[in-house]
Amino acid sequence: MSNIKYILGHFADPDDMMHGIDKLQENNISVYDVFTPMPIHGIEDKLGIRRSRLGKVAFGFGITGTITAISMITYMLVIDWPMNIGGKPHFAFPDFVPIMFELTVLFAAFGMVGTYFFVNHLAPGRAPRVMDLRATNDRFVVAIDAKANPSHDKIDDILKKAGAVEVKHNERKYVSYE
Amino acid sequence: MSSHHESILREPLVTGQNITYSKVTEDILVPVENKPNKAWWIGFIVSAMGAGLWVFSVSWTFWFGVGEWGLNKTVGWAWDITGFVWWVGIGHAGTLISAVLLLFRQNWRNSINRSAEAMTIFAVICAASYIISHMGRPWLFHWALPLPNQYGSLWVNFNSPLVWDVFAISTYFSVSLVFWYTGLLPDIATIRDRAMGTRRRIYSILSFGWNGSVKTWQRFELVSLILAGVSTPLVLSVHTIVSMDFATSVVPGWHTTIFPPYFVAGAIFSGFAMVQTLLLVTRKVMNFENYITMFHIESMNKIIILTGSIVGVAYLTELFIAWYSGVEYEQYAFLNRVSGPYWWAYWIMMTCNVISPQLFWIKKVRTSIALSWILSIVVNIGMWFERFVIIVTSLHRDYLPSSWVMFYPSWVDVGIFIGSIGVFFTLFLLFLRVLPAIAMAEVKLLLKSSSDQAKQKLIAEKSVDKGQAEYYIESLEKYDSISPKVAEYEKV
Repeated sequence: MSNIKYILGHFADPDDMMHGIDKLQENNISVYDVFTPMPIHGIEDKLGIRRSRLGKVAFGFGITGTITAISMITYMLVIDWPMNIGGKPHFAFPDFVPIMFELTVLFAAFGMVGTYFFVNHLAPGRAPRVMDLRATNDRFVVAIDAKANPSHDKIDDILKKAGAVEVKHNERKYVSYE
Repeated sequence: MSSHHESILREPLVTGQNITYSKVTEDILVPVENKPNKAWWIGFIVSAMGAGLWVFSVSWTFWFGVGEWGLNKTVGWAWDITGFVWWVGIGHAGTLISAVLLLFRQNWRNSINRSAEAMTIFAVICAASYIISHMGRPWLFHWALPLPNQYGSLWVNFNSPLVWDVFAISTYFSVSLVFWYTGLLPDIATIRDRAMGTRRRIYSILSFGWNGSVKTWQRFELVSLILAGVSTPLVLSVHTIVSMDFATSVVPGWHTTIFPPYFVAGAIFSGFAMVQTLLLVTRKVMNFENYITMFHIESMNKIIILTGSIVGVAYLTELFIAWYSGVEYEQYAFLNRVSGPYWWAYWIMMTCNVISPQLFWIKKVRTSIALSWILSIVVNIGMWFERFVIIVTSLHRDYLPSSWVMFYPSWVDVGIFIGSIGVFFTLFLLFLRVLPAIAMAEVKLLLKSSSDQAKQKLIAEKSVDKGQAEYYIESLEKYDSISPKVAEYEKV
């Protein structure tokens, strides 16, 4: 048994890469992950990745912001220290709208981006888990789990035929650890 | 698909021959990965001297108080709030480019959004520093926040637009920062994976461990879209609230309902002018001509005419409404602006903002780099005078003629203003050195669909209508100053 952990197919062109993924899937070879220097539209469907639920997260945080603003202002100006300003109502709703809006945006943006960083394990100082250093530059890298797909020669062949410029057999999962 | 073809009739967004994905990275990272050139050093030293002047003048203000400014008992707001509104307005173009143009699927934004967003952040820093220093006792700035305190708690007055402004500006600044930084992550990762040693370690920390996997990109795109969606109303609300600082008062010349849309249009107008001022130079010095093309410059000039004309209509509407209202105070305020002691400021504003941008109707003018640059500076000057006119001419002759005065800035006022420009340029030049000034990942996205070479390939394959191909080649000559020699097309 070899020590190869991952087989990486390097493509120089996103369309070739998509074609390569098709070919692998036709041969029942599962793709572990794909690393690209730019977003590839339509790849989610191909790899069967579910729609992101971050939109709902943003909505939830946003509505929390709205409720925080209205309850904070109401508590401060109506309940805790009501002031008589020319006999006008304490609960001056239209005046509260701008800050309700601002806090909605603030909570939605920070909550959503925070959740995004959390679920994708993005944090300052986190060791980058990169399988190939050129995947952030000009290579579109398809990674295949070598243990789960034992017929390595066949995989090499499929990748090369689909237009891969290079096929690498990595014994380490991530090359970026020092 | 990643590379559906775009209509041949559209102008190319990336020009030049043999542009590959790695060429994009190489080109854009030149200023980041190499020692800066002479032009950068000269710019940086001059700006840093300006920033030094700013530090001195602001420290002077903190030490001796706002009495060191030229303010008097009639004119209580002058260069400080003029500078604040000017800077906030300049910042707005960044958000407009990154958010509104993203929602409208204007792909040409991809190569200018990064530097425009950086500009937003630096401009808002300058604006916020004015707010802090005009407070008189800046160490008590937290009194503007609803924090529990020992006076009761005595809360801030949420009915006041000044409190709204505190929330609006701080939300705007922090959301813009998050938007900008999230967009930077993939590009920082690119620098990280090309660097060695300490540089690599620093960019590794900054990259948050980005690796460009499918799920990261999928969520990244959704996050960008939603941030754009919330930033669009945010940017409109910020300048609306800034205008309400004036519009909810009872000062003639300020108390008008036209202020919110008028201020927002003015903000976009001045912001695009500042983007133009910065990018025309950056493009030249950093050799970004293939990514920031004449098409980009022309598109921005078109937005400048549009918003400049909206501002012009607003000025005329103000004059008409002042007369039509029949209120003598209102009528006098505007008569005083046009023909009073500050007539020169009013007419500088009118000329720079309304008349000179109309020159952009002429194609030769809006496709000339030198003229675009000069006019963009003229607009910046005009927009500064607009805020000066609104603030000072409305205040200096108030309801009581015995207290009518003129405003004369002190050296501290001038120092803070010139210094804030120095701070802005220092930050911008540092940004150009350490972070990619063009969003590489987003430009790579355009390469297969909207670049000139992709279109050339289509023509070579003869897969497009002949008439359309001819139209495209003709338009290149019309729009593009630097690139493709039409001769190369004759071959195909």
